[in-house]
Amino acid sequence: MNVELVHIHKSFGAVHANNDISISIKSGVIQGILGENGAGKSTLMKVLSGFIQADSGDILLDGKAVHIGTPSDAIKHGIGMLHQDPLDFPPMKIVDNMLIGHDGGLFPNRREVSKSLKELQAQFGFNLDPEAYVDGLTVGERQQLEILRLLWLGAQILILDEPTTGISASQKAKLFETLKKLAEQGMVIIFVSHKLEDVEGLCHKIAVFRQGSLVGEAAPPYNTDNLVEMMFGKVISLDEKTRLENCEPAVEVTNLSIEDNRIQIRNANLTVNCGEVIGLAGMEGSGQRQFLRTLAGLMRPVGGDLRLGGKRLTGKPYHSFQDAGISYVPASRMEEGLIPGLSITEHFILSEGQSGFFIDREKAVTISRERINTFNIKGEPVTRVEALSGGNQQRALLAMLRTPLRLLLLEHPTRGLDIESSIWIWSQLKDRCRQKTCIVFISADLEEVLHYSDRILVFYNGKVSQPLDAAATTVDQLGQLIGGKGF
Amino acid sequence: MDNNTLVGLAGILASAAPVVFAAIGETITERAGITNLSINGLILLTAMAGFATSVTTGSLLLGFLVGALIGAFVSLIVAFSSIALKQSQVAVGFVLALMCRDLSYFLGNPYMGLSGPRVPSLPIPVLADIPVVGVLFFRQDILVYSSYILIAVAYIFVFKTRPGLMLQGIGEQPATAYVRGANVNRLRYIYTIIGGALVGMAGPMYSLSVKVGWKGTITGLDGIGWIALAITIFGGWNPLRAAFGAYLFVLLQWLGLVLQPSLPNIPSQVLQVAPFPLMILTLLLVNIGNSEWVDRTLAGLPEEVRRFIAKVLRAMRTTPPAALGIPFENE
Repeated sequence: MNVELVHIHKSFGAVHANNDISISIKSGVIQGILGENGAGKSTLMKVLSGFIQADSGDILLDGKAVHIGTPSDAIKHGIGMLHQDPLDFPPMKIVDNMLIGHDGGLFPNRREVSKSLKELQAQFGFNLDPEAYVDGLTVGERQQLEILRLLWLGAQILILDEPTTGISASQKAKLFETLKKLAEQGMVIIFVSHKLEDVEGLCHKIAVFRQGSLVGEAAPPYNTDNLVEMMFGKVISLDEKTRLENCEPAVEVTNLSIEDNRIQIRNANLTVNCGEVIGLAGMEGSGQRQFLRTLAGLMRPVGGDLRLGGKRLTGKPYHSFQDAGISYVPASRMEEGLIPGLSITEHFILSEGQSGFFIDREKAVTISRERINTFNIKGEPVTRVEALSGGNQQRALLAMLRTPLRLLLLEHPTRGLDIESSIWIWSQLKDRCRQKTCIVFISADLEEVLHYSDRILVFYNGKVSQPLDAAATTVDQLGQLIGGKGF
Repeated sequence: MDNNTLVGLAGILASAAPVVFAAIGETITERAGITNLSINGLILLTAMAGFATSVTTGSLLLGFLVGALIGAFVSLIVAFSSIALKQSQVAVGFVLALMCRDLSYFLGNPYMGLSGPRVPSLPIPVLADIPVVGVLFFRQDILVYSSYILIAVAYIFVFKTRPGLMLQGIGEQPATAYVRGANVNRLRYIYTIIGGALVGMAGPMYSLSVKVGWKGTITGLDGIGWIALAITIFGGWNPLRAAFGAYLFVLLQWLGLVLQPSLPNIPSQVLQVAPFPLMILTLLLVNIGNSEWVDRTLAGLPEEVRRFIAKVLRAMRTTPPAALGIPFENE
């Protein structure tokens, strides 16, 4: 099926999210949509998949204008969208997930659904058990499930929104292979991403968005500098990797054993020198999160010892960890990091621990303005945190950290952020290192782990590798370890 | 088993029928993502209204119809204020619970102590003559039979049918359900009204069958609705488990009555009230596996014991519909 979007306009209040976008995609093409956060790519995809209605403009399928009022209209027209956070029902079985929203009689035939699921997944080498529960799947498997479901419903056009976030390298390879196969069968694949490497590696054609407009299209062979310039309007490059002089050991982890109802980690050992950056890599759910939360004092280890600057912290409450100079920045910014409904200023008041019963508003606003400037947050002191973009929320979180810190723990510090914000955030973090703060962070982005870490720990199903020297490790080696080879 | 015990147990099945209706009605409503807290007052109001209708018209059927209609209407208020007005379900439900209760005492004054009709017993031919089972299950009235059917139908609907899966979906991930083609808010209205109508049947079941008549504040129905809410949670939003909870509660009440003569030292009030704290205790036990300190305590036990306990706890553990009480808006 051929898709054409003609003169699409969409505004949210004063923001012109899609400004006269026209794009045409032929059957069998993998179309990349590239742009930083807020460039308007998601808006356009939501228009095509029926989530929102365009203010004006047409959608043509095989030359015929269609009206798509809801997401279920879209799938009836053969348009299926795979959302960044998979839209499924975690506590339910895979087979029930397939069934919800599928038309048919009162009593569904589960056996038949299981059978067609198995046949379908055999084509792509997926291996999902129809009787398994969705909340036991990894993000990558949930994506596979959603792709299978959309194909099962007869999708001819598949839209993928940032599909490579949060999945492992091997799952990514499998996803790309699947998408190529689907394109060969004549499907239209629309691949939305801000990751240059992914888009360049996969797509037959790339359309670049900036500030609501389609700024240009490119065909292979791609010129990366050219794409970056179209995305940002200027060229940015990664900082030179700087290695800081390390000093004495600051964090000592000996024979640490962690256990919860998902994972068991036995006898993990790690010594972090001050000013050092340790990256934790591994598939989601391999134990790195539990390890980080134990370092933060949020989980109690079942055995082993944890020392900061020689002081034993094992078994102490979270408060003692904080007082010792440990800070934890969680991945779920809105749930664990910030308090929706409170303004930036109010967050600073809470994190500063002002003395006295009453709030000194004036002082608070002054501090808040100062921080907003230093941390380059796009917002006002009175702006509520939920109104900030992801990158600015992350900046606000960093702005709230105390100084000095001995150990800074970060979970996916740049997930969902555009390149500019990521680089900026890491420059701030490196500044911290210069002030002798140790950093331990989790990331699913291998490039990020390799580029910013001094040493790397790989997690696989609760097993922890020896610390690897980041400078002497390649993406391939890391990928192998993450996949469980070499333990 | 002697005959007295058997009749007593049959009585439990009969007295539990309204609790079954209320708990399953609330289960369906909460599965859709709406908490209807008004049901305690609702049971009182419909008990009074159903009785008054039947006394006035002489028709039992009308009594139940009025009960169901009032139940549906009051639940519609909860649904409307939560879906259309985006108000707190807890606040609205709570106020309605108090209002319905007082309304029942106030409007029920003229019908206090009147004698009214009673739903007749309807033994099922052949089945009623089976020893033990017949006395227990098949010498009841039509309401008790309906409660059996309701349990089965509700269970099959929620877990085995397409619309039932969607019902689970809208309470779990309404945004996803919307993408799959559900009109989330319309379905929430429908299930809140159906659930409310079922709760509304529970009132007349008391005043026309289990505890015939209307005696105002001493009718003894105040608190049943709160227990039904607890049973909904205890039942893990599963109609079968909810029914089990309802039977357990009535069994505890019955034990209180039976044990009273043999325990003269214990004030009768204690035995009357005992089922309520016992229910709360059961709830705590059932959901103990949800707490982190249990996980931590378990971690210290030997591997095999730990695995066994963890398995039992997981089987008992229940999680509420993820979107319970959260309004849904599509973009």
